[in-house]
Amino acid sequence: MKLIFERSTPGHCSDYLPKSDVEKAPRPEKFLRKAKWMLPEVAEVEAARHYKELADQTFGVVSGFYPLGSCTMKYNPRLNERVASFPGFTNIHPLQPKDTVKGCQAVIDLADEMLCAVTGMDKITIQPAAGAHGEFLGLLLMKAYFDHHGQTQRTKMLVPDAAHGTNPASAVMVGFDVVNIPSNANGCVDVEALKNALGDDTAGLMLTNPNTLGLFDPQILEITSLVHEAGGLCYYDGANLNAIMGQVRPGDMGFDVIHLNLHKTFSTPHGGGGPGSGAVGCKDILKPYLPSSFLGKDERPEHSVGQVRSFYGNFGVVVRALTYMLTLGAEGMREASQTAVLNANYLMHLLKDVFPVAYDHICMHEFVLTLADIKKETGISALDVAKGLLDFGMHPPTMYFPLIVPEALMLEPTETESRQSLIDAAEKYKLVKEKICSAPDELRNAPLTTYIGRPDEVKAARNPILRYEE
Amino acid sequence: MAGYIPSTSDERQLMLEELGMKDYKDLYVDVPASVLLDELPGVAKGISEMEAETAMRAMAEMNVLYPTVLRGAGIYDHYIPSIVDTVAGKEEFVTAYTPYQAEISQGVLQSIFEYQTMICELTGMDASNASVYDGASAAAEGSMMCLKRNRNVVYVADNANPETIETIKTYAYGRDVKVEMLSSKKGVIDVNVLEDALCDEAACLFVQQPNFYGLIEDIEAIADKVHNKGAKLIVGCYPTALGMLESPGALGADIATGDGQPLGIPMGYGGPTVGFMATKKAMVRQLPGRIVGQTTDSRGGRAFVLTLQAREQHIRREKASSNICSNQALCALRAGVYMAVMGKKGLSEAAELSYDKAHYLAKRLCEIPGIKMVYDGPYFNEFMTTLPVDAAQIEKALHKVGILSGLPVDGGMLWCVTEKATKEALDLTVQTVRGAVSK
Amino acid sequence: MSRKYCKTHEWVQKEGNLYVVGITDYAQEELGDIVFMNLPNVGDEVIADEPFADVESVKAVSDILSPYTGRIAEVNEDLLDRPELINEDPYKAWIVKLEDVSDSAELMGEAEYLAFIEQEG
Repeated sequence: MKLIFERSTPGHCSDYLPKSDVEKAPRPEKFLRKAKWMLPEVAEVEAARHYKELADQTFGVVSGFYPLGSCTMKYNPRLNERVASFPGFTNIHPLQPKDTVKGCQAVIDLADEMLCAVTGMDKITIQPAAGAHGEFLGLLLMKAYFDHHGQTQRTKMLVPDAAHGTNPASAVMVGFDVVNIPSNANGCVDVEALKNALGDDTAGLMLTNPNTLGLFDPQILEITSLVHEAGGLCYYDGANLNAIMGQVRPGDMGFDVIHLNLHKTFSTPHGGGGPGSGAVGCKDILKPYLPSSFLGKDERPEHSVGQVRSFYGNFGVVVRALTYMLTLGAEGMREASQTAVLNANYLMHLLKDVFPVAYDHICMHEFVLTLADIKKETGISALDVAKGLLDFGMHPPTMYFPLIVPEALMLEPTETESRQSLIDAAEKYKLVKEKICSAPDELRNAPLTTYIGRPDEVKAARNPILRYEE
Repeated sequence: MAGYIPSTSDERQLMLEELGMKDYKDLYVDVPASVLLDELPGVAKGISEMEAETAMRAMAEMNVLYPTVLRGAGIYDHYIPSIVDTVAGKEEFVTAYTPYQAEISQGVLQSIFEYQTMICELTGMDASNASVYDGASAAAEGSMMCLKRNRNVVYVADNANPETIETIKTYAYGRDVKVEMLSSKKGVIDVNVLEDALCDEAACLFVQQPNFYGLIEDIEAIADKVHNKGAKLIVGCYPTALGMLESPGALGADIATGDGQPLGIPMGYGGPTVGFMATKKAMVRQLPGRIVGQTTDSRGGRAFVLTLQAREQHIRREKASSNICSNQALCALRAGVYMAVMGKKGLSEAAELSYDKAHYLAKRLCEIPGIKMVYDGPYFNEFMTTLPVDAAQIEKALHKVGILSGLPVDGGMLWCVTEKATKEALDLTVQTVRGAVSK
Repeated sequence: MSRKYCKTHEWVQKEGNLYVVGITDYAQEELGDIVFMNLPNVGDEVIADEPFADVESVKAVSDILSPYTGRIAEVNEDLLDRPELINEDPYKAWIVKLEDVSDSAELMGEAEYLAFIEQEG
C-alpha cells in the first residue's frame, strides 16, 4: 500500500474553511513558522480511497473470531457508537457552567452507581484513561493513604509472577518496591510465600482474580484477609472482570481499590489500541484521596492525590459503557459473564486433545495452552502455530503470556461467539496441528495468504525507521 | 433486554451438558459460596435498544449546546471535516485491538506510522510515539523521560495550563520527584533570570506554547538558557498554533507534547482526546508507549510493526519507565486524517483565521469601558481581559444569546476564538458584553 | 589471567590494570538477536553482582551484572550502533572495562562454567 505521503501531489487539497470575514491582524514576525515542513497534499477522494485501503488491511472484531486472551474482544454494540455521537455529548466543552452540563453529570453519576453495584465499591472515578492509568491512580490512592496515616514505611507492593506487566510497572511509577509472589502448582497464589512476604513494610497486594491463567483463586478470602491483617491494602486488577461480572463482587472478595477496563468488560471498542477507560473504584477509606479536575472546579476531596490527566476522563467511552449496562441490566450482565465462562470451557474442552492445556481445571473466561513439549519435539513454536492460524482467517490468541507458562497461547473467546463458531475455530486449530507433522515448513513460513509475510522485527528494532522521509 | 449473545439458552444448556455439567453454578465451583451471588442487586432490569437510545438521548438533551464557543483553556472548538468522522467510523478501525499481529494489521500500523510522521513534521521532531492519553499526561510522561540519577528536579512554568501542572505534580508525587514552579513575569517566562532560577539538579523545564494566557513564549531563547544548565526543554504545544508559529523542534526543544484534540476530535466534555509526544533522535529510547517502525517482510516487501518493544511494560515490567499500554489510537487516527486532508494549507488557514478573529474580538472588547488586555505581549487565539463587572454576569448574558463566554479566571476572563466564530457572532458578543457592563 | 565466568553468564578477563567484561556465547544464544544495549557511562561506580547495563532482544530484556565492584573505565560504544557484534563474537565484543576493582562475584573457570551451563540447560 502507498503511504499517504506517496499519494501526495502538489496543490491537491480541499477547501474546508471559509475566507476570513474580519481584518487581518499584524503578525508576530519573530515567532512565525519558517523552517521547512511537509504534510500530504491530497484531494478528499484520494484520502477516502487511501483510508479505505488501510481499513481493508485491518482485522477487527467485525472481521472474525478474535480470541485474544486478556483483552476481552467481545462484540461492540453499534448502539454505543450512535449514542456517543449525539451532539449533546460530543459538542460539550468540559469547562461549561455546571448547570449547562447536567446530562454529562447524569451519565457520570449513573455509571458510578451501576459500576459500584457491579464491583461492590463505594465510589468510582472515571478520570483514568486506560487500565494501566487506573492502576497508577489506584496505587497512588494507597500511597496517599499510608502517607496520611504516617505509615511511610509501607513501601513493598506484592505482585504475583503471573500478573499483567502493567502491575509491576505501575507499582514502580508510584514509588513502591515490587516483591514477586510465586504461583503454586495449581497456578494460584502460593499462600505460604505470601505469608513470608507480608510484614510492616507491606503496602499491599495487586491481584487479578480470575488470574492470567484463567483460574479463579479459591483461596481469595484467605489471601485478602492475610494482607489486611498485615496492615496492607488489596488492589484488584479488573482486566478479567468479564468472567465474574454480576457473579461475585471484588468488594466482597476483600478488595479495597480496583480498576475496570470499560473497553474490555463493558463492550466499548478498542479502536486499534484505544481510547479505553480505566475507571477506578474504591472503598470509603480511600475516598478522601480521589482525583478531581482543577479547572473543572469539582469539589476536591480533602487529601486528593491531584489528577492523573486533564478534566474528567474519557467521558465518551463512559457514555458507551453506560449504554451497554442499561441494555444488559442485572440479568444481562450475569448472562454475559456466564456465557463467557461457558464458551471458554467449551473451547478448552474442544482443544485440550489438540494442544496441552497448561492447567487442566475448570477455567473462567480464558485458558492457556502450552506448546513447550511440541516445541521440544518438533521445533514448531507457539509463534509458528499462531502464524499458521492467520492462514485460516482467524486472529491468533495472545502469545507468550503469562510469562510463567512456556510457549503459551492464551484464548479468550468471550460470550459473543456461538457454539458453532467455537466448533469451527477448534477445527482450524486441528488443521494447524496436523501441519506440524505434515507440513512443518509451511508453518515456519506462515502466514502465506496474508497481505504481508512475517515482518523482520530484528531489523525494525536495530535500525529504527519511525517516520517517512522524502 | 437487548443482549448480544449469539446463542439461545437451549444451545447453552446443550454445551453445559457436553461438558458434563448441570447448570452454570458448576462453572463457578472455585468461587467461595459465601461471596457467590444469585442475583446482582442495585442494577435495574435490562431494556431494549430502542429504550436505551431514548434514555441516553434524554441525558444528552439535558446539556446545553452553544452555537458559539469562546472558551478554550485546553479544549478547542475547531471545525472537523466530515471525512474525519467517516474514516474513524470504519468498523475495522473501531473494533481492532492494538496491532500485535502485524500480518493482519498493516492498515492500522500504517495509519499510526503516518500519524507519527505528521506529528514529527508539525513539531519539528525526529520521532513520535503512537499516542498517549492526553496533553496533560503527555507533559507528565515527557517530564519523567528527562529524569536522571543526578537530575531529579522538574521545573514547570507557572503559566502553563493548571490541569497540566496538576498532572505533572501527581506523576512526580508517585516517583518522589521534586517539582519546582518557575514564576512568569507579565504573563511570560522571564528569559533574563531563567538560568539563575534553575538548580544544578534540574532535569527539565516544561513550558506551554502558547501559554495558558494565550501568550507566545520565546522558545528559542528559553531553550538556550535551559541547555546552558544541562537540562532538557519540553514544550507543550497547541497544534493549531503550529500552523502559524515556528515548531518547537526548530527552536531547540528536546521534547514536544500536546493535546491533539484540535486536530479533528470533538470537545466531548474533555475526552477522549489524544496526547502526542515527539522527541529528537537522542531521546527516542526514553519515549514511552507504542511506536510503529518500518521494516521488510519475509517476501521482501515493506512492512510496519510495533517496535522498540523492550522499552515497554510487558517486557521490562518493574524496570519500565512507564506503564502505558492502551493509548488513544482511534483519536490519533482522527488527527492523522485531519492533518492529511487539511494539509499545510488548511492547518495554516485554521491558525490564521483563529488568530485574526481573536485579535478582532480583543480589539472590539477593549473598546468597552473597563475592559482591557491584562498582558500586552503577542498572543495567538486566546487572551485575557479585565472585566468591570462580575464574570458570572458576562457569562450569563452571553449564555442567553447562545454564546459560551470566555473562562472566568482570577483577574478577568480568558477568551478563545477559533475559525468557527463568525464576525456576526463576535459582534453579538461585543454588543452583549457592552450591554451587561453598562447595566 | 584467563577468562573467568559468572553464574549470570558474564565473562571477565584481566588486561593490564583493567578488567574486560562481556557476556558469554551461551548468553547471546539464549537471548537471540540482540537489538540494543543500554550502556553505563565512564566513571560510573559498579557493584559486584548488581546490574550495570542491559541488553535487549526483540522480545526480552536482560540485566548484565558486574563481576566486580569497581569503576567503569571504558565503554564499547561500537555496540550502540552495532549490537549484533555480540551475536557474532561475544568474546571479542567486550562491553565495558573496569578499573579499581575490589570485591568480586563468584567466578568460575572455563571447565567449571561449561559444566554449569550443561547442568542448567
